Amino acid sequence: MALLEVEHLKMYYETLRGYVQAVDDISLHVEEKKALGLAGESGCGKTSAALAILRLLPWNAKILEGNIKLGGENLLEMSDPKFRKEIRWKKISMIFQGAMNSLHPTYTTGHQIAEAIIQHEKVTKEEARERSEKLIELVGMDRSRADRYPHELSGGMKQRAVTAMALACNPDLVIADEPTTALDVIVQAQVLSVMKDLQSRLNLSMMVISHDLSLIAETCNDIGIMYAGKIVEYGDVVHIYKEALHPYTEKLITAFPSVVGPKTELSSIPGFPPDLLKPPPGCRFHPRCPYAMEICRKKEPPLIELAKRHLVACHLHGGEKA
Amino acid sequence: MTDMTINAQGLVKHFPIKLGLFKTLFAKENPFVHAVDGVSFHIASGEVFGLVGESGCGKTTTGRLLVRLLELTEGQVIFKGIDLMGLSKKEMRRLRRKMQIIFQDPYESLDPRMSVYDIIAEPVRIQKIVESESEVSQKVAKSLEEFGMVPAEEYMYRFAHELSGGQRQRVSIARAFVLRPEFIVADEPVSMLDASIRSEVLKLLLASQKKYDTSFLYITHDVALARHVCDRLAVMYLGKIVEKGSTEQVIHEPLHPYTEALIAAVPVPDPTARRIRVTLKGEVPSAINPPTGCRFNTRCAHAMEICRKKEPPLIKVSNNRFVACHLHTKK
Repeated sequence: MALLEVEHLKMYYETLRGYVQAVDDISLHVEEKKALGLAGESGCGKTSAALAILRLLPWNAKILEGNIKLGGENLLEMSDPKFRKEIRWKKISMIFQGAMNSLHPTYTTGHQIAEAIIQHEKVTKEEARERSEKLIELVGMDRSRADRYPHELSGGMKQRAVTAMALACNPDLVIADEPTTALDVIVQAQVLSVMKDLQSRLNLSMMVISHDLSLIAETCNDIGIMYAGKIVEYGDVVHIYKEALHPYTEKLITAFPSVVGPKTELSSIPGFPPDLLKPPPGCRFHPRCPYAMEICRKKEPPLIELAKRHLVACHLHGGEKA
Repeated sequence: MTDMTINAQGLVKHFPIKLGLFKTLFAKENPFVHAVDGVSFHIASGEVFGLVGESGCGKTTTGRLLVRLLELTEGQVIFKGIDLMGLSKKEMRRLRRKMQIIFQDPYESLDPRMSVYDIIAEPVRIQKIVESESEVSQKVAKSLEEFGMVPAEEYMYRFAHELSGGQRQRVSIARAFVLRPEFIVADEPVSMLDASIRSEVLKLLLASQKKYDTSFLYITHDVALARHVCDRLAVMYLGKIVEKGSTEQVIHEPLHPYTEALIAAVPVPDPTARRIRVTLKGEVPSAINPPTGCRFNTRCAHAMEICRKKEPPLIKVSNNRFVACHLHTKK
């Protein structure tokens, strides 16, 4: 059953030069106890989508259309105080990008985790403190780290502390935004294994946002590929890796070097991602697509289900061949 | 060997740690960060030599030592038969025409108050390689176009903040190549870029490297990327080279336990091959007081008695293959 359902979400940023079409009609489903990966280049709208789900949007962001449902309940219709009290952190929490910088420098990590608990639950300071120490143990650190200030911790430990904070109120869904981007490979492997272990132990649902496809390949069940505010391909991760249909996905997968297997030529995508103030008409990928046809310049391809759990938005696939 | 572009012998760089007044007066000895501690290698002409390791292992410092952006504590850098340390500032400046560096972060390495044109023209003007300003502008345009910024006129008069990350990095690569140097230090030139942009920039970089037969020191933390870029590879850990050899050898048959761990930790872009292996516990120890004996002994699964006491030398195991580990010294 789907825990989180996002349907036709459209979220634009209002600027002096017009609307930035950051999230344009995207639909996602996070199944219970499963992980969904959202991949794409920077500026494709993946973080904006996550912020819209958590309602952490800046003032100039406008949700124009769509629904966000958590366990059947429509989050967009909920009042702000209610959302803050019952949903944010209690049901959906987030591990922010650049976790290393999202901790407060003048409070100890234990204090910061306890603060999240006190804000949301009726507990005494001592209980909150005890729970925060337990959380710190849960992510594989020593209890004594609760008394440390962020600057006394290494990057990997800060990342674990932020993970512990996201788990403070036993959420159902954790959104991890580039959880390992700033970490070295060895520390990255450590943090990922902690995340995977917690996901299975605590029955968490996860949404992992990353530009690194190998990270999503290692952690997620489903994947959504975003390009310029749209989802271009969506479905089971193994399926998509084996038979990528959208030219963008195909390119993106082969753009990653691998340490195993034969040495292959890295593919690249010429050109630059489009300006979302004025995205290209038709398919947004057509200026960079090697297979672009006449129809791609004119008509936007709909996201259609080609096989079970494999959706793609491309004129090359589906009935409307030119 | 005459075709050697760079010959680095026993590079050592220690950074002194600033202490307060009392500690300076009473401390028995000043502490140092042992950033680079006895590193030797050579780079043949036209070769891409990779330096891989985790952050803080001293790879960036090594790169900067080679082009003398930092002064050596000990050791020798010989560039085409010239000992860099013996050169005066003026002579060094003249030589910089032949050795350039590409920095990691294109958001910090470009002057925000200079136009793209000026950024690329600056080295040309300083080195006085052309006579007139019109030749300068020709050079700038050509080198922008070489790195995919077409038409050059569209980008020339922009400022760094008007460019995307990928475009900025193209500008800093164009700046490094504009003098047609013989040697370039590329310090994680694509690590800040997105995957799709990354391979495009890398392709252009390597195409120019081949075209001009430039020698490269390619610094990266990404072993998978190093595999695609480098001819030979050295793995660094806490200021020392622990393994050195041809790229395919090092990646397919790693000898040092650290190299093995580093390679196994790289995520594979294939969901059917899921295997996150946590290969090492903990993090790199401090370079102020590095562990005695083998510096890796505190995290090594095969650590023996001797590893804690004696530092393993970098020995030759086969042609062009070196490793510093007691597991291989015994045989």
